[in-house]
Amino acid sequence: MNATQKSIDEMILGLKLPQNVIDNLIHELKERKVTKKQMEEIVRRLNSGYENAKIEAGEAAGVVSAQSIGEPGTQMTMRTFHYAGVAEINVTLGLPRLIEIVDARKNPSTPMMTIFLEKDYAQNRDKARELAWKIEATYINVLGSMSTDIIEMKVIIELNKKALDQRNMTPGEVAKKINEELGVIAEINGDILTLVPSKPSYRELLQLVKSVHSVILKGIKGLKRVVIRKEDSGEYVLYTEGSVLKEVLAIEGVDATRTKTNNVNEIFEVMGIEAARQALINEATDTLKEQGLNVDVRHIMLVSDIMTVDGDVKPIGRHGISGEKASVLARAAFEVTVNHLLDSGMRGDVDELRGVTENVIVGQPIRLGTGNVKLIARKAK
Amino acid sequence: MVIATPKRVKEIKFGLISPKEFRKMSVSRIITADTYDDDGFPIEMGLMDTKLGVIDPGLRCKTCGGRAGECPGHFGHIELVAPVIHVGFAKLIRKILRATCRNCGALLLDLSVKNENVEKIRTLKKMGQPIEDVVNNVFKEARKSKVCQYCNEEQKEIKFEKPTTFIEDGHKLMPTDIRSRLEKITDEDIEVIGMDPQNARPEWIILTVLAVPPVTMRPSITLESGQRSEDDLTHKLVDIIRINQRFQENREAGAPQLIIEDLWELLQYHVTTFIDNAVSGVPPARHRSGRPLKTLSQRLKGKEGRFRGSLSGKRVNFSARTVISPDPNLGMHEIGVPLAIAKELTITMYVTQRNINEVKEYVRRGPDNHPGANYIVRADGRRLRVTDKNGEELADLVELGWKVDRQMKDGDIILFNRQPSLHRMSIMAHEIKVLPHKTFRLNPAVCPPYNADFDGDEMNMHVPQTEDARAEAKILMHVRENIISPRFGGPIIGGIHDHISGLFLLTNSKDKINKVDALELLAKSEIWELPEPAGTDNGKPYWNGKQIFSQILPKGLNLVFKAEICEQCDTCLEEKCEYDAYVVIKDGVLERGSIDEKAVGAFKSVILDKLIKEFNSLLACKFIDDATRLSVRGIMRSGFSFGINDEHLPTEAADQISEVLTSATDKVEKLIQAFQAGELEQLPGRTIKETLEMEIMKELSRARDATGEIAGRHLGMDNAAVIMAKSGARGSMLNLTQMAACVGQQAVRGERIQRGYAGRTLSHFDKGDLGAQAHGFVKASYKGGLSPTEYFFHAIGGREGLVDTAVRTSQSGYLQRRLVNALQDLEVQFDGTVRDTRNMIIQFKFGEDGINPMNSDFSKPEAVKRILDSVVGVKE
Repeated sequence: MNATQKSIDEMILGLKLPQNVIDNLIHELKERKVTKKQMEEIVRRLNSGYENAKIEAGEAAGVVSAQSIGEPGTQMTMRTFHYAGVAEINVTLGLPRLIEIVDARKNPSTPMMTIFLEKDYAQNRDKARELAWKIEATYINVLGSMSTDIIEMKVIIELNKKALDQRNMTPGEVAKKINEELGVIAEINGDILTLVPSKPSYRELLQLVKSVHSVILKGIKGLKRVVIRKEDSGEYVLYTEGSVLKEVLAIEGVDATRTKTNNVNEIFEVMGIEAARQALINEATDTLKEQGLNVDVRHIMLVSDIMTVDGDVKPIGRHGISGEKASVLARAAFEVTVNHLLDSGMRGDVDELRGVTENVIVGQPIRLGTGNVKLIARKAK
Repeated sequence: MVIATPKRVKEIKFGLISPKEFRKMSVSRIITADTYDDDGFPIEMGLMDTKLGVIDPGLRCKTCGGRAGECPGHFGHIELVAPVIHVGFAKLIRKILRATCRNCGALLLDLSVKNENVEKIRTLKKMGQPIEDVVNNVFKEARKSKVCQYCNEEQKEIKFEKPTTFIEDGHKLMPTDIRSRLEKITDEDIEVIGMDPQNARPEWIILTVLAVPPVTMRPSITLESGQRSEDDLTHKLVDIIRINQRFQENREAGAPQLIIEDLWELLQYHVTTFIDNAVSGVPPARHRSGRPLKTLSQRLKGKEGRFRGSLSGKRVNFSARTVISPDPNLGMHEIGVPLAIAKELTITMYVTQRNINEVKEYVRRGPDNHPGANYIVRADGRRLRVTDKNGEELADLVELGWKVDRQMKDGDIILFNRQPSLHRMSIMAHEIKVLPHKTFRLNPAVCPPYNADFDGDEMNMHVPQTEDARAEAKILMHVRENIISPRFGGPIIGGIHDHISGLFLLTNSKDKINKVDALELLAKSEIWELPEPAGTDNGKPYWNGKQIFSQILPKGLNLVFKAEICEQCDTCLEEKCEYDAYVVIKDGVLERGSIDEKAVGAFKSVILDKLIKEFNSLLACKFIDDATRLSVRGIMRSGFSFGINDEHLPTEAADQISEVLTSATDKVEKLIQAFQAGELEQLPGRTIKETLEMEIMKELSRARDATGEIAGRHLGMDNAAVIMAKSGARGSMLNLTQMAACVGQQAVRGERIQRGYAGRTLSHFDKGDLGAQAHGFVKASYKGGLSPTEYFFHAIGGREGLVDTAVRTSQSGYLQRRLVNALQDLEVQFDGTVRDTRNMIIQFKFGEDGINPMNSDFSKPEAVKRILDSVVGVKE
């Protein structure tokens, strides 16, 4: 006699197991028929299995996690640049990247975005391309060539028709943009723009050339290069060198739910601490995986959690977590020893000797794991 | 017998010491700069006064009566003629001076603001959070008022000149002035600036009394010549006392203000360098030899400093260190300990009724007759050395309540460690086996967790001394308990090198093994019965390798997986695999497939994983022991070696290789021509030059791979290197390619070699030559031999690898230290949360599901499937 779906559902509902295990169970049960008795046995085994798999109280989870992430570091390559997915964009990988993540750097050495597109853009190469041109920061050097006429004291810009068309721009727009940014009025003559410096001096002329070079004619400042790639799933995805999450998310056609950046701090600013935590986990996991190193997510979670517990992304190390520890001795034993001692003397701090290093320094058993429990002999009756 | 639990230090309070309290604490005022008199006795009220403690044997401390070694030392003091500033607090003084009224000493903030901040500080302190931000804000706000809110005094700008000078409105503020200002600050205000009125009043940071550390802290050493050499701190104190005296004499003689000020500054300099001899802007005080003195701060700082060097890391007794070497006949939980070490290291036995006879036997054997005893401790605490002469005598004396230090013997539990200790498997508990010779011997299967090899590595051994420690070691740290790495939940211990190739040779061959050989193979695994023979040859029964291997598998083991040698065919033939790469184990019998790295190798072993998770670690342990023994005997059946002849390729292969290489060079030439003609198609986002480089690199690496393939075709499974590479025992096909066919492109920072002379890498090439040979492509194989230029390029590439390793180790070491330091206090609580020392919750449930990464399998679909399969039956 098979158990009814309802009674099975009820039994599943009563399970106190992690969600992923329950999901696995539901998935497995879909294609099978079980009797009530069998189901009871399954539940019993699942519960005892979970009890066995659970981490024990008193476990020094922190140290284990730290070692699990630190130890593979020795096996990582130093080779800074690798091509992640797209050959055109260089991304820092390996140990330097891991250090960068753990340091919670404000500006990673190679910021990069992966922009997913909304359905009608993602399937259409032209539309995707159009969007790419729209966001890529376009400077004058890709649109044409610039030369100076010293006799006439003017700057001549010869625009490339093809490049303009590609980006859907007209010479007039270019002139307008230059005017907006530099306040210099450009004379338009077909595809040729002529600029005259405010003062007819040689220095001004060169200065003008320099400033025109730095004018962003189209796109978002900071997105140096945009590359389109067709994923295996058949959709087009944009990869950018440089990262400006906030502005990109606002653009029409961008799928804001999937678009991501490798700059954790930017994610924190735009989407908040929970998103930053997840970003830390993802970045660290990807970095380790790319090197072929297998580390359980739970370890990475713990590191990400301690970096983000109080609502701010804090680095691991003297300027972050280690520098804010409650114990004076633990801080002194890590880095900048003397300053910590002087400051705590001045404040009249009390070290309660609850951590590991403090107790090692004082020379007594640490309060962790087996040091946290006592054996008591019960007198025989 | 009662072992008293030691008292715990509950807390340590930090603070500043007041001059009054210090005078009370001091055992003597120090006035003479001299140390010893002509007879070599410490001078009274001198720096080596015996009231401060003693370091010379024979003398007794005048304060506590202890001898050298017993007396911990006592502080003395120097009365400074004029107060000086403590360098470490100079910045704090600046902040306080700027934030308080120059007349009435009030903190320049409104009462309500003060109260608000005090509240904030109190709550932060209660929560164990840093108060720095609040205090800094108080200083910043208070500095803004130009006029005192309380006495209307106009505030003047205070300039601070590093390291210890304060100037107000053009006048130098003397420490006496500063001190009198700080004295005026009220207790209430002190709290607002984050200090503690009871334990740290601001005026105490201006020194009027100087602490003289006890002699035990600055012992003098007697040189061979009989001359005494004083400690750096003593030298510095001598300087201070001298200047202090001169200052006093001058002041009493009514010297002009200028001289007084100079002397004051000098005194300040000496006190500054006494505290910290590396203050910027102050020339460091030097020893006569020119070496900068190591003063108080220098003693605490850095890796070898007091904190990291002496307090966090301590030297221990009951330890040994020697070179390691392999011994596959040992169990993986065992370790061979040299007899010399076993005789030296001891375990304390408490004599009880139950073991008194055993103990007596040890004592009787004496120290030279292993296992014997080295010392006995009588009930009154007297320690007696056991010699070969007094052994008998002492054995009769042994009573209940005595302690005997017995030598180590087989089966004792010890801790074994190899640095760098990067993860917890770097220290594991083993059982010892006393062996002759002078190295530690270990089963090669435990090399991966220690990351050890036998090219001269040394390892450390520690002997736990208490019953608790031994119990913990056995239950938590035993090798058996650490087969699974908590990093990824898979086995980290397993076969390496010959273990893999040995078992591979055994299980992959069609060899017929006769009865004698079969029993010989399995003898060490304690298997005495053979299964049904696979067949008969000339009337004699024979067995195959798979059958032999099956004998060490436990009954009930069922497994199906693809071996390492799997060629990843498009359609897997499964059981009909032509490479015998489809492994099927049914009820502990290897039916098909070859055993290689995937089956028994460290990090990858499927069999071990299954054994631990579905059987138990004892069985897994036995399997590893049996597998190591079997593999070593298996490999010895045919012998296994590799020589230069194994790299030899037939002429036709060599011709093919050179053909491939010539055509590749031609293609590179064509690319260069296209580039020079400007016809090269640019890759998006790359310059033309970069495009060319990428294309050339691609072409050349393709050529190298092609040569490798040719070599691979001619070197079959009868070649030792191929066997090792394919089975995962050691090396790769790439290594073999480089040895036999072509070394390939040498790279620096992922690019072809570009540096060297102007416009060219070496003077052997034309300027601007972009060709393969000119930029580090090595056509030759290692066997064929490299040309001089190739050799040089190869050295360049090799050097980069060495630099890389050196840089990486330091960087990853620091990363590790930081991570461990940040996370070390986190503990899983009884309620399942992960918390730090202030009880702040870091995670509500470890890893969101509370599952130990060691058992992470439970969260995978297979775990649920397995349970269902066993309850409902396997779904077809």
